[in-house]
Amino acid sequence: MKSEPNTPGQEVPVSAPVMVDLRLSVNRDSYPITVDTRETLLDTLRERLDLTGAKKGCDHGQCGACTVLVDGRRMKACLALTVTLDDREITTVEGLADGDTPHPLQAAFIENDAFQCGYCTPGQLCSAVGMLAEASAGWPSSVTADVTGEPRLDDEEIRERMSGNLCRCGAYVNIVAAIGQVAR
Amino acid sequence: MTTAAIPYVGSTMDRIEGPEKVTGRARYAFEHSPQDLAYAVPVPATIARGEVRSIDIDAVVQLPGVIAAIWHGNAPRLSTPENAELAVLQSPRVAYRGQYIAVVVAETLQDAREAARRLRVEYDAEPHDVELRVDHPGMYRPDQVNPFYPTDTEMGDPDSAFAAAPIVVDATYSTPAEHNNPMEPHATVALWDGDGLTLYDSTQGASTIRDTLAPLFGLPPENLRVISPHVGGGFGSKINPMPSVVVAALAAKQVGRPVKLSVTRQQMFAVTGYRTPTIQRVRLGADADGRLTTIVHEAFEQSSRIYEFAEQTTTPTRVMYAAPNRRTSHRLVRLDVPTPTYMRAPGEAPGMFALESAMDELAVAGKIDPVELRIRNEPAADPESGLPFSSRNLVACLREGARRFGWADRDPAPGVRRRGRWLIGTGVASSTYPTYRRPSQASARCDPDGMFTVRIAASDIGTGARTALTQIAADTLRTSPGRVRVEIGDSAMPSAIMAGGSMGTASWGTAVVRACQSLAEELDRRYGEVPAAGLETSADTTEEIDAQQRFSRHAFGAQFAEVAVDSDSGETRVLRLLGGFAAGRIINPKTARSQFIGGMTMGLSMALLEESIMDDEFGDYLNHDFAQYHIAACADVRDIDAFWIEEDDPHLNPMGSKGVGEIGIVGTAAAVANAVYHATGVRIRDLPITLDKLVR
Amino acid sequence: MRPFDYRRAEDARSAVAALDERPDAMYLGGGTNLVDLMRLGVASPEMLVDVTRISSSAIEESADGGLLIGAGVRNSDLACDPLVRLRHPMLAESVLAGASGQIRNMATVGGNLLQRTRCSYFQDISKPCNKRQPGSGCPAREGDHRNLAIIGHSSDCVATHPSDMAVALAALGAIVHVEGRRGSRTVPMPGLHRLPGDEPDRDTVLEAGDLITAVEVPALSFATRSHYRKVRDRASFAFAVVSVAAALDVADGVVRDCRIALGGVAHVPWRAEIAEEALRGSAATATEFTRAADLELAQARPLRDNGFKVPLARNVLVRTLIDLTEAS
Repeated sequence: MKSEPNTPGQEVPVSAPVMVDLRLSVNRDSYPITVDTRETLLDTLRERLDLTGAKKGCDHGQCGACTVLVDGRRMKACLALTVTLDDREITTVEGLADGDTPHPLQAAFIENDAFQCGYCTPGQLCSAVGMLAEASAGWPSSVTADVTGEPRLDDEEIRERMSGNLCRCGAYVNIVAAIGQVAR
Repeated sequence: MTTAAIPYVGSTMDRIEGPEKVTGRARYAFEHSPQDLAYAVPVPATIARGEVRSIDIDAVVQLPGVIAAIWHGNAPRLSTPENAELAVLQSPRVAYRGQYIAVVVAETLQDAREAARRLRVEYDAEPHDVELRVDHPGMYRPDQVNPFYPTDTEMGDPDSAFAAAPIVVDATYSTPAEHNNPMEPHATVALWDGDGLTLYDSTQGASTIRDTLAPLFGLPPENLRVISPHVGGGFGSKINPMPSVVVAALAAKQVGRPVKLSVTRQQMFAVTGYRTPTIQRVRLGADADGRLTTIVHEAFEQSSRIYEFAEQTTTPTRVMYAAPNRRTSHRLVRLDVPTPTYMRAPGEAPGMFALESAMDELAVAGKIDPVELRIRNEPAADPESGLPFSSRNLVACLREGARRFGWADRDPAPGVRRRGRWLIGTGVASSTYPTYRRPSQASARCDPDGMFTVRIAASDIGTGARTALTQIAADTLRTSPGRVRVEIGDSAMPSAIMAGGSMGTASWGTAVVRACQSLAEELDRRYGEVPAAGLETSADTTEEIDAQQRFSRHAFGAQFAEVAVDSDSGETRVLRLLGGFAAGRIINPKTARSQFIGGMTMGLSMALLEESIMDDEFGDYLNHDFAQYHIAACADVRDIDAFWIEEDDPHLNPMGSKGVGEIGIVGTAAAVANAVYHATGVRIRDLPITLDKLVR
Repeated sequence: MRPFDYRRAEDARSAVAALDERPDAMYLGGGTNLVDLMRLGVASPEMLVDVTRISSSAIEESADGGLLIGAGVRNSDLACDPLVRLRHPMLAESVLAGASGQIRNMATVGGNLLQRTRCSYFQDISKPCNKRQPGSGCPAREGDHRNLAIIGHSSDCVATHPSDMAVALAALGAIVHVEGRRGSRTVPMPGLHRLPGDEPDRDTVLEAGDLITAVEVPALSFATRSHYRKVRDRASFAFAVVSVAAALDVADGVVRDCRIALGGVAHVPWRAEIAEEALRGSAATATEFTRAADLELAQARPLRDNGFKVPLARNVLVRTLIDLTEAS
């Protein structure tokens, strides 16, 4: 017989949620908002601001579907607490296009059929935007033969650098083609 | 089918919902937020077998933000479902670790999760049994295997033929439990309005969910509406309704508010199904020329205590190769484990890993080229049913694949090709998948502005169904796709079969063609005049499909793999994968190619990475997240390509198409394993091919 | 997740003071491990003290040619730093081998050193684990331990340390700068992490309230010829099964000096001191490299299902040393 809390050993006192007022800047819009300190950027975007482009695939930083840009750098919104981001500029997939003109990566994804179910796609796109900026800045990767040199963004480099974004439909071949088309 | 001036079927077309998907505007189930919604977080059992004695509900409802906590002690009663998995919170019994035993509803996700974690549960635990083994005393012969195949078949005298054969293979293969893991977790938003229930659900079949859940809640089917415009993958795990959708509806009913529920990635390893692990013994006997005299394929699998899911592992062996003596069988054991479900090419994917590995072993034993061996055993008709094939182009796939892959100069000697520290090898395997079709309904409408609307409760889980149906409708209506709007993903539309079994497009397409043909005829009768109220026709394909001629209908294909195995570490990389397929008429080359490549990518993942590890002590799948359960990442997938053999098969459906969603995965794992043998001389019979099995 | 207070620290002193007041508080760096652990219920701090804004996100060159890396430096900034790439390529390579681009953009150097094991049982609060809940037991010993320790484990814990960066830093003999309740001090790298013994809940020698402020990498001229090789089950975005960080100084076919550490084999980034000692002065040949690797791995005590890590570690170490020799 087992008689204990469903998840033993983690008994901590009950306390009320801690709420914090802040302004969140997303896609160049400023949102005054009161957040629970426990809220991640992903939940704030999806559940509070109705910006549902960033996806929740695992909620543990292991799939990349939630990837957004924070001050231009790609990050995982499921691991970022909203309360830490009050003075950052956040860009989600909804903010990639220039008005009605799609971002070149968005167009290339359609042209190359770089998605099927589409659930990982917003994360792939934000990740690709961030990745191309990293490559332009000369950052090496794990497959760069000589980290002291300047890497060249070939398909092998793209594959390694995009490996933080899982795709279960298996669209990787087309994703790499789409990104390569924009990068070259 | 009516031929249009420019046929769109067969032409490349971009996905219709592409712009929505790349801008983030496409809304998936959990992204619907009705007013006054609350969040539901289900609580999994932490024992593998026994009973829930009590749950301290009072303590939890006092926590911040909590609206309700529901367990079998206070849950609304449901009618008894056919599938006991759906009798959620109806009894204290725990059939497997991770089964839902309660649900907490709160104002915010944070409050709900915290309260669910704090829930105190008392169990009466019983000893559990979670180990699949061939000699398990509980092994039994199920009455049939999915979806309607005989459990066992036998022809001639396979044992004597095996004893007499000059070339034989007798080997046991195993495939692990694998989890579907679509990127979008199973999610539901449930909304009651009096006796009406609306579910925004991540499902492969809106009609299936409605038809299963309505009686469960005592509703007439028309009172239940299931909406699923976009679905983030399913791979079989969103065909049958899972417990989560019932929990969401039940929780919403209890609290009188709309409720949102998403299964966590971790929980998906218990409550959303998986591919059963298999143990398979294959015996092949052949004459000196490699012509098979006997084929014996026996499979051992598992299911849960509460539902018999009998996977059809050896059924592909019944259609693949000619041999006068043959036997196939399935045995099942019921364990204290989660219930398995369909996963991309259920049966074919694990079954063909075993058969096609054994064929490679036979080629080695008989010193026959593996492509040639398969060609030599090509049957003239379905080897077991004797029915003619409606079309069968396996040989063409093998020959053309071999040509494109550069197979001709292959040295069969294993373990002799080196590139730096890497050992290089190539392998081939055949693949097959049945061509099913099921009854569906559709409607077609023309409005005075000349726009057409086609409606069917089909589902696009990433297959490109919306796009394919638009092409099919446009051709039938002799118009352009731009004038056709195909509406799917809503059970309020004409009822349809789910997206599964590679039969969606064939089944829905037939209904769409018939509805559009009626509309076109009606328009012809009116000389093209559309009344102000518009014109609408509908079709039901039940009679047509029931009356279809008897044929053996299957798609066939062949996969070729080139691998490199690191001689220090045993790491395997798939350098090249080429698949050739004969799958009837290809409706949209662009999306079909993605399906083939996607299937092969999942096959690569199955070959090298995927394995759900059963924890014997606790009775659950231990590696329940994406950091521990590896699926292929971008870096694992290099050069994958697909081609197809044009088939003109008049015995299929108005489009002449076979399914393309599953065959890509079928032969891939065997092709990779055969290539690993060629590279290293080590035969891996137990998937996945992880480095520990190769490091020396 | 338990509700918690959030405070942003302005400097190291005030951060340490904040934790002194609230013993159940924790420092928040990039959050890539801590937020994950909080969601799993493994960590339940009552307050987070955000230390990412305190001015330690720079990489400075010291007078003798070493580097002083601020604890708040993001992993990706460390890996793309020109001096790091030039002088300590294995450090850049180790960081690049870890996690994914997104996570490297978030994770900090200090947090990377303090990340917790990825043992399945540690991460599942419905199961026992001596590291998470002392005295509850270690199911991994008899359960699943394919990717757990082969060296230095105890009857109480067979976990491995998951960091790639820490393996390179251990090889380089990095010195960790710590601010604590009693002021600042330094801890040399192979000694920061500890073997589990009978206190597996303690990953490091740090005390409550200690804050890592910087990591000093001493000058090592031959580290320009160094390499990090990671073996993993997936081609990318996976923790190490076994990894090797090595720097080699070869002249006239003889090993003058070397630095070697192994990852994925122990509760700590494992400095291979026995192999290093065996190699100094020996011929730079495959035979000698194999002898040294075997000497180091003689202390391995593999568990039921992870014996493959012994030949794996040997093969990969030997190959890394051969490659470094051939490159020189």
